[in-house]
Amino acid sequence: MHSIPGRRLILSLFLVFLLLPIYWLVNMSLKTNVEIVSTMNLWPHDPTLANYIRIFTDESWYSGYINSLKYVVINTVISISVALPAAYAFSRYRFLGDKHLFFWLLSNRMAPAAVYALPFFNLYSAIGLFDTPWAVALAHCIFNVPLAVWILEGFVSGVPREIDETAFLDGYSFPRFFIKILMPLIASGIGVAAFFCFMFSWVELLLARTLTSVDAKPISAVMTRTVSAAGMDWGLLAAAGVLTIIPGALVIWFVRNYIARGFALGRV
Amino acid sequence: MARIDLVDLAHSYGGNDAPEESFALKPVTMTWRRGGAYALLGPSGCGKTTLLNLISGIVTPSRGKILFDGVDITTQSTRERNIAQVFQFPVIYDTMTVGQNLAFPLKNRDLPKAAIDARVNEIAALLDLTPYLSRKAERLTADAKQKISLGRGLVRSDVAAVLFDEPLTVIDPELKWQLRSKLKALHRDLDLTMIYVTHDQTEALTFADTVVVMHDGRVVQSGTPADLFDRPAHTFVGYFIGSPGMNIVPAEVKGRQARIDGHTIALNRSYDRLPAGAKIEVGVRPEFVQVAAPAPDLLTANIERIDDLGRVRFAHVRVGDTRFSAKVPQGFSVPGNNAGLVFDPSRVHVYANSLLVEGEA
Amino acid sequence: MDKTVNQKAWFLVLPVFLVVAFSAILPLMTVVNYSMQDTFGNNQFFWNGVGWFKELLDPSSDLGERFFASLWRNLFFSFVILAIEVPLGIVVALSMPRQGWSVAACLVILALPLLIPWNVVGTIWQIFGRPDIGLLGYTLNHIGINYNYVSNEFDAWATVIVMDVWHWTSLVALLCYAGLKSIPEAYYQAAQIDGASRWAVFTAIQLPKMKRVLLIAVLLRFMDSFMIYTEPFVVTGGGPGNSTTFISIELVKIALGQFDLGKAAALSLVYNLIIIIVCWVFYTVMTNAGTERRVAKEAV
Repeated sequence: MHSIPGRRLILSLFLVFLLLPIYWLVNMSLKTNVEIVSTMNLWPHDPTLANYIRIFTDESWYSGYINSLKYVVINTVISISVALPAAYAFSRYRFLGDKHLFFWLLSNRMAPAAVYALPFFNLYSAIGLFDTPWAVALAHCIFNVPLAVWILEGFVSGVPREIDETAFLDGYSFPRFFIKILMPLIASGIGVAAFFCFMFSWVELLLARTLTSVDAKPISAVMTRTVSAAGMDWGLLAAAGVLTIIPGALVIWFVRNYIARGFALGRV
Repeated sequence: MARIDLVDLAHSYGGNDAPEESFALKPVTMTWRRGGAYALLGPSGCGKTTLLNLISGIVTPSRGKILFDGVDITTQSTRERNIAQVFQFPVIYDTMTVGQNLAFPLKNRDLPKAAIDARVNEIAALLDLTPYLSRKAERLTADAKQKISLGRGLVRSDVAAVLFDEPLTVIDPELKWQLRSKLKALHRDLDLTMIYVTHDQTEALTFADTVVVMHDGRVVQSGTPADLFDRPAHTFVGYFIGSPGMNIVPAEVKGRQARIDGHTIALNRSYDRLPAGAKIEVGVRPEFVQVAAPAPDLLTANIERIDDLGRVRFAHVRVGDTRFSAKVPQGFSVPGNNAGLVFDPSRVHVYANSLLVEGEA
Repeated sequence: MDKTVNQKAWFLVLPVFLVVAFSAILPLMTVVNYSMQDTFGNNQFFWNGVGWFKELLDPSSDLGERFFASLWRNLFFSFVILAIEVPLGIVVALSMPRQGWSVAACLVILALPLLIPWNVVGTIWQIFGRPDIGLLGYTLNHIGINYNYVSNEFDAWATVIVMDVWHWTSLVALLCYAGLKSIPEAYYQAAQIDGASRWAVFTAIQLPKMKRVLLIAVLLRFMDSFMIYTEPFVVTGGGPGNSTTFISIELVKIALGQFDLGKAAALSLVYNLIIIIVCWVFYTVMTNAGTERRVAKEAV
C-alpha cells in the first residue's frame, strides 16, 4: 500500500548509483600514483595509506581542513543565534513590513554566489577581514541565515502560543523563557537547521576561495596543489576528497533520527 | 448487513508466543446480532480499538476465528469483508469534491455511472449533504467531513457492518449531539449492524441497544444500558458506569448479612456458598445509599464533602478507611460531620474476585 | 494560531536584518554603482548610464550574444534536471523501507552526495569520466561507446546532467520521504476499505499530501540549478568551447577574469533579477496555496 512494486530493486540500483563514484574515489585514495595511471582494477593490488599519512602530517594540508572547519562552525553559530529570535518574531507577531522582510530574506538565498564574488572581495578587503575565517563565515550568512529563519519559523509555529502565555504569567522574563522553555521544545528544529547551515557552508566554494588567500585557505583551495611538475597527484587528491566527505557523513549519522522526524514536523 | 461471530478470538501485538496475560485482546467468544447497535465501551488501552480493527480486517488475529453470517472470513482482506469504518479524525480525499468522495468506493468497483450517481444522491440526501456535493471536500467543517467518511461507508449497499472508532473526538460539543442523533436515526432507518467504540459512557449508553464493556483486554459484560446499570457483572462495570460510579467496599458476607467496618447491613438474597479465599466485596450505587441522621443501627460515616449537582446532591463520606458516595435526600439538611447511611437491600450486590455472585433467594 | 500585532518585534528581527543587509545591501550598492560606469583603468570611472544594460540585452553585441547563449543553456539545463530529478526523487521516496535499521542506512547513503563539497563533486566526476583512470569512462569506451567529455559536446552535457542528478536527487527524495511519513496510517486504512487500487492511493492520498514538499523541492532545485557554478566548472571548465558555459561561469569570466567590472555588474543585476522574479512567482503561489486553507471554513 505504501510503497511500489519492485521497490527493493529500484532503491538498490539507485543507492549503488550513488555509491559508485564514492567507492571509486576511496579506491583511488588507497592506491599509489603509479598503480592508478598504469592499471585499471577494482580494488588496490598494492594498497597504501601513504596518501592519508601525507595529509595528516603535512601542515599545509591539514591546515586546510582546520580553516574550513573554523569558518563553518563560526557561521553555524552566528546563523542560528540571529535566526532564533527572528524566527520567533515571524512566527508570533505581525509587524510593519513582515511579509516583505521575509521574502527579502528568502531572496538572498536565491542569490548566485558569482554575483557577490567581486563585491565581497572589495568589501572584505576594505574592512581588513580578507583572508580570515570571519570573512567567509559572514559571507555565508547571506544564504544560511534566511534558510535557518525559514526552518526555525516552522518549528516555532508548531509550539502552541499557550505555552508562551503561561510562561509569561508565571513570571518568566523573555530571555529566560526563550532559553529554558522554547529552545528545548524546538530542539530537533535547531538540530535540523544547524545541520543545513553546516552542510551548505561546508560545501560552498566560490566565496570561500575568493575571500581567502594564504592564512585562511580552505581545503578546496589546498586541493589545487596536487598539480606539480611530476603531473597530477591523483592518490593525494582522492584521499583529500575522501577526507572532505567524512565530517558531513559524521554529522548525518548523528542527526539521522532527527532528519525524518524534523522535516515532517516543521515548515515542510 | 451481517451477523458477526467471534470464536475464541484473541490477539497479541507481541506475537502468539507471548503470555496470555499480555494479550491486547484476551480470548473472547460472542455474537453481534445482525442490525444491532452496539457500543464498545472502556478506558484507553482496554482493547476496544484492537477488537474493532480485528473485525474490520486491519489487524489479523493471533488466534481464533471471525465469521460473517456463518462464513469464516478471518483470512479475508479488509476490502473483501465489505465493512465501513469511520476513524477518530475525518479521513477524506482532499483533492475530490464531496460527490467524488462518496462515489470513490463505487468507482473502484467499476459500477456504471448512472448507478453510482443514483446511489450517491441517495446517501447524500440521507446525510443532509446534498447542497455540498460539488464543493471541495477539504473546505468543510469537521462534522461534515465525518459525515462524508460515513457516507463513503454507506454508499455500498451490501456493506456488512459499520464500525466507528471514537468518531466524535474532533467534533465541536454543540455538534456532537446532532451527529449522535443522526447516527441513531440512520440505524433505525437502514437497519445496519453498527459497532461504536468509545470511552465516553454517555455516548455509549445513548447510542447503543447493547453495550459491551471491556477492561484490560477482556469483554467484561455485554447487555442493555439498563442491565449494566442495575446488575453490573463485574466491579469494573459498576465503577465505570454511572456518575458517580458504584461504591465497591470490602466486606464479610455470610448468609443474608454483610459486615462493613463492624456494622451489619441486610441483604436481599442468601450467600452461603462463596468461594473460599476469594476477595469479597459488596457493591451498591450511590443512588441507593441514603444519608440520614446518625443512629445506632445505621452505619456511621464521616462526611468529607457534598457535591450539589442541581437536581440531586451527593455526599462523599468515609467509613473507616473506605470511601463512599451516597445520595442526600431532597430537603435533608445534614447535621454536623457525621451521618448514618441507609442501604436499599435490593440494590446491594455481592462480588467475589470482582465477579458478581448470584445468591439464593 | 493568530498573531498579535507588535512593532517591537523589529528588535528581534534586527540582528538578522543587520547581518544579511551587511552581506547583501552594501555589495549590491557597489554592483549597481559599477553597472553604470566604465573605466579605462587606473581606477578612473566615468558615467555610462544604462549603456551596459543596453549592450547586455542586445543579441547582436558580443556581450548580449554571450548572455543570451548562456541563458538558453541555463534554461535548458534546469528544465532537463527538473524533469529527471523530481519523478526520480518521488520514486525513491516511495521505495524507502518502512522501518528498521535499513531506514537509517538508506538515509545516510542518500544524504552522502549532498554533503560533499561541490568542487569535490566536480573532481569525483572529472575522474570518474576519464577513459584512462575513471571507472565510467573506461567501461563505456570498452563496450564500444566513444565517450569523451572533454572534446565531445554531447558527452560534456550528458556528464554534467548525470552529475547533477547524482548530486541532488537525494534532496528531492528526502523532502518527499518526510512528506510521505507525515501521512497518518488511517488514510491508507480508509483507502483499503474503499477498495482503492495502488495507483489510486498514489494519486488520491500520497501525491496531494506531498504537494507542499514538492513545491519546496522544485523551487530549491530550480534556484540552485539556475545558479550552478562549481561542479560543471570543475569538470568541463565551460567547454568544450563554450558549450557548457552557464551564466555564472560567464559572469566569473567577465568579472574576475577580464576584470570588466561594468559588464559584470550589469550581468549580475539582470541574473539576480531573473531569479528573484521567478522565485517571487513561486513564493506567491506557495503562500496563496497556504492561505486557501485558512479561509473561513464553510459550515454545513
